[in-house]
Amino acid sequence: MYQYNDTDQTLINERVAQFKNQTERFLKGEIAEDHYRSLRLMNGIYIQTHAPMLRIAVPYGLLSSVQLRKLAHIARTYDKGYCHVTTRQNIQFNWPELAQTPDILAELATVQMHAIQTSGNCMRNTTSDPLAGVCIDEIADPRAYCEIIRQWTSFHPEFAYLPRKFKIAVTGATHDRAATKFHDIGLHLVKNHSGECGFIVYVGGGLGRTPVIGQVIKPFLEPKHLLSYLEAILRIYNLFGRRDNKYKARIKILVREEGLENFTQLVEAEWATIKDGTELSQDRINAIQAHFKPPAYETLSSQNNGYSDQLQNDVAFAKWVKYNTADHKVSGYRAVYLSLKAPEVPPGDLTDGQLDAIADLAEAYSFGEVRTTHRQNLIFADIKLTDLFTVWQKLTALNLATPNIGTATDIICCPGLDFCSLANAGSIGITKEINAALDDMDYVHDLGDIKINFSGCMNGCAHQSVGNIGILGVDKKGVEWYQLTLGGSSENDAAIGERLGPAIAKQEITAAILDILDVYVKERLNSDEHFLTTVKRIGLDPFVEQVYATH
Amino acid sequence: MQLIKDQKIIDDPQQFIADDQPLPSQGNITVSLARWQKDRTQLLKTAGKLGVRLEPTDATATIADDLSKLALVEVNFPLYTDGRAFSHARHLRHHYRFQGEIRAVGQFMADQVFYLSRVGVNSFQLADTEKLPIALSTLKDFSSSYQ
Repeated sequence: MYQYNDTDQTLINERVAQFKNQTERFLKGEIAEDHYRSLRLMNGIYIQTHAPMLRIAVPYGLLSSVQLRKLAHIARTYDKGYCHVTTRQNIQFNWPELAQTPDILAELATVQMHAIQTSGNCMRNTTSDPLAGVCIDEIADPRAYCEIIRQWTSFHPEFAYLPRKFKIAVTGATHDRAATKFHDIGLHLVKNHSGECGFIVYVGGGLGRTPVIGQVIKPFLEPKHLLSYLEAILRIYNLFGRRDNKYKARIKILVREEGLENFTQLVEAEWATIKDGTELSQDRINAIQAHFKPPAYETLSSQNNGYSDQLQNDVAFAKWVKYNTADHKVSGYRAVYLSLKAPEVPPGDLTDGQLDAIADLAEAYSFGEVRTTHRQNLIFADIKLTDLFTVWQKLTALNLATPNIGTATDIICCPGLDFCSLANAGSIGITKEINAALDDMDYVHDLGDIKINFSGCMNGCAHQSVGNIGILGVDKKGVEWYQLTLGGSSENDAAIGERLGPAIAKQEITAAILDILDVYVKERLNSDEHFLTTVKRIGLDPFVEQVYATH
Repeated sequence: MQLIKDQKIIDDPQQFIADDQPLPSQGNITVSLARWQKDRTQLLKTAGKLGVRLEPTDATATIADDLSKLALVEVNFPLYTDGRAFSHARHLRHHYRFQGEIRAVGQFMADQVFYLSRVGVNSFQLADTEKLPIALSTLKDFSSSYQ
């Protein structure tokens, strides 16, 4: 993974000093509350229901074992012993003291980490495919471009006070695992007919109150023009994005109101004035790519007798391999998901002890690296087949091996009313309730690939509008209700879920979810027909009938 | 009124003339873009340095042809959160190659001065002049950059 050079380290250290000074001036009353708010946000600090929340950037989801141990230390020293993985691959702490946050940032800087631009109306952390570099459907590795974008977005002087936040995601595989069409800018690495790499550029996607699928603004952008094209889009957005209403301030609204054609013309005209002379050199691209060279893989066979026997003899292990591991482009290896969705655990949470243990396992079995995923799990990207059984046993002991990746209990969930000052309704409690109701793993496996996304308010942090089943908490006169949507997807078949009907009371929401799953099982053509396919084929009516007949 | 120009705190040699005030025949004066467009001929006869103040909704292109006649362009912040001034300054410096003074005015923060300097702003008229020393010190916050 990328290693800081002296310039990177100096910049991060200078940022720590800058924010420490700003916080000291604020605490002395020399910076107005309102002004300090925007400064702390650009250093990842929100004021939440109970305490400040600190969001730490995990650039495109890559973490080293050293960084994991530092996170464990921060969880122990400054928080209540745990942290939370977000849908944008970042890490959040929910209980730090405001006055201590500069110290936390100083600790992070010692392991090449920071919280820069993880909130505020600026360019946020760039996200990517958590299987980048190892997946079998990869066209080109996106990580070097992610790093180039990370550097360009960091401390960008012109785009720090945008109309609203701005998120970029990059993928280099045929299967979109980074929800790129729901980002302000989504970049897909592709190859043209001459075999040259470039980007399809999507613009104007987004979730939240007004979910919109991104549209293609550039069908093929040469890598050398990547930054100038991003700059042109950002400048047009900065100048013309709406600033009169924060709910209409994202680029998706500008693209919609302007129309894609006009918007594209504005961007192209701006780009024409800056593209020449600002190209990324191939040397620079090569130098960054050198940080993402494949690790020292052993030459192994894809067949291994010991592993085959283990699969044969241990049903639980075989199930875990089926659900929680993915094919690897190097023979003899698999990528392993660490499920952060064990029943009884708030989705995406990790304790300090787990963080330390994961660091040890990463060093012993996966070249010292871990990745965070968009669906709030972790990945060891490079596990030898011959190590899988041991890794499974160790992960089981850590409660990180629930074989439910991609299934109905792998729920994306926001912190909800328990932690968040924006939330209208609880989410973690109901997720536990749904988990408890789906305690029969065979039933969950039979249901197959179903993505349930659950947000406690319409800001949509858990991407409920693109869940195959979306749950949205709403407040009705101080009472928590839940709105259901069906048929959403954040992948290649990007779609926004359709509303099932009136909101459902808290005490009936779990039963309603079970009804939906029940209708699916009855209506699917066979066990190979995915939930999403069934919903598309039969429409909402059969689901509406059963859910609202009984509730 | 004091301000920061080229990393020094100095007395402002320029005077902003509000749209409803008569234009003096001499002196260093700055006017709004609307006033510039309305009284351009008269302004060009003024003995002194001329400046134009751009609001966030103004386009830099509207003064592109006049930049050689201007010593100063001001970019105004009605609110510190309105980042359009950053792109205006960038356009003036890099696209139109404006060599004169670009001044931030209005409700921006001392803590925005560093980024403003990086997009080409070289003078800073803070609403609260007591913040000028701290603003000056923030110009040294970072020793290098990625862009």
